[in-house]
Amino acid sequence: MDTIKHYLKSFLLWELLIGLKLTGKHLFAKKITIQYPEETTPKSYRFRGLHALRRYPNGEERCIACKLCESVCPALAITINMKEREDGSRRTTLYEIDLFKCIYCGFCEESCPVDSIVETSISNYHFENRGENIMTKEKLLAIGDKYESQIAHHKTSDSIYR
Amino acid sequence: MFFENIIILLFTVVKILIIVLPLMLTVAYFTYAERKVIGYIQVRIGPNRVGPFGLLQPIADAVKLLFKEVLIPNNSNSYLFIVAPILTLAPALSAWAVIPFDKMLLLSDINVGLLYVLAMTSIGVYGIIIAGWASNSKYALLGALRSAAQTISYELGMGFALAGVLIISQTMNLKDIVLAQSGGILNWYFVPLFPLFIVYWICAVAETNRAPFDLAEGESEIVAGFHVDYSGMAFAMFFLAEYANMILLAFLSSIIFLGGWLSPFQNIYMLEDLFSFIPGIIWLLAKTSVFMFLYLWFRATFPRYRYDQLMRLGWKIFIPVTFVWLVVVAIMQQYKIGPWFYGYN
Repeated sequence: MDTIKHYLKSFLLWELLIGLKLTGKHLFAKKITIQYPEETTPKSYRFRGLHALRRYPNGEERCIACKLCESVCPALAITINMKEREDGSRRTTLYEIDLFKCIYCGFCEESCPVDSIVETSISNYHFENRGENIMTKEKLLAIGDKYESQIAHHKTSDSIYR
Repeated sequence: MFFENIIILLFTVVKILIIVLPLMLTVAYFTYAERKVIGYIQVRIGPNRVGPFGLLQPIADAVKLLFKEVLIPNNSNSYLFIVAPILTLAPALSAWAVIPFDKMLLLSDINVGLLYVLAMTSIGVYGIIIAGWASNSKYALLGALRSAAQTISYELGMGFALAGVLIISQTMNLKDIVLAQSGGILNWYFVPLFPLFIVYWICAVAETNRAPFDLAEGESEIVAGFHVDYSGMAFAMFFLAEYANMILLAFLSSIIFLGGWLSPFQNIYMLEDLFSFIPGIIWLLAKTSVFMFLYLWFRATFPRYRYDQLMRLGWKIFIPVTFVWLVVVAIMQQYKIGPWFYGYN
């Protein structure tokens, strides 16, 4: 009996018809494509994108050159030089992140005692010339200045989970 | 006399162009439809960037292929390498000569049209074998061998399926085959020849090396089979030939089994008059597009056959099935069982 059933099934192309029915159903299903430049998927506040150095509201840069980020960086992407400023405070003279080395782990952000180095949610950026992959202190501060409100918003939104 | 011949020649060339140019356009937009339909089945939306709804995508693709360099590999046989795509495309196009689009709308009304189409589609495989051989690449050679073996095996099943049609219609003229089916949807040959119809259609998919029988291409194991080494226009010609063949076999299936240009409402009270304004060619195109859609649906649904399964299906299943049904058809024909033997003759 089973053999007859099996033969009948294979000659009626039963399994194939079931497969066609399934794909036919999907033909009319709602499409899940996200049309990227126009639409984007929602991003977490913790998204780790391009780096930025922040300032205090009075314009003083936060970084105190403690070099915790430099030592915690698993990819050795951060280079920091430090010198005492005229007013006696500890400040960096060189703060560079090599984006080719960086693995965007976010350890620098976590280790920073003054919330200076952060990773913003900027994920679209590119380099056109050699050397542009080195983020200098000026560039990082500029990004920080430009996106300060966004960074602050993400930090406060995420703070309840920390 | 001379000028008369010239005029006849020119007239024929114009008629050929009237068939070939829309065919080329159809091929271009068939690739678009393929990407859209498969995209939709995979819950994507397919090409939508070039022009509204991506409608200019095939034109962009064609322009890209036109401007690409035709590379000829160093150790290949360059003469055969160039001849192969021509040998594939030419039969695929010339088979269109006998396709009847309507009662009066056909290029050449020869009385062995069916045989001619079978011959032309078989010649196409030479192009593939030559391409595989001339490329001097193991992937191309493997693809060509697979393609040749597959085409020959499935041609048998296909031939037997068509033999059933010949028994029932008593003619090889494609126009007469359609006319023999006139008299309503039940007189179409897919009713008495249903198993042959299924076998024929599956063989048609296998003949054109389409999924799930696309072992000749086999992207995952032999990269692209016989046309790995081709680029630019040479590649485009293989592509055109493949799609022209697909459309041809879709046309042929609707002509032989679904009554060609005949309206499905023939001999039905009221409906026949209601739909009589639709020209025959629209019916034919509608029937054909069903088959063309099936190609895409199959490709999106079925995984590729293993080679031994493919051969088993062709030799051990299709040929016996068609044999059995041939006997049934012959008996039906001999004792005039069913309404199908009074339509023509």
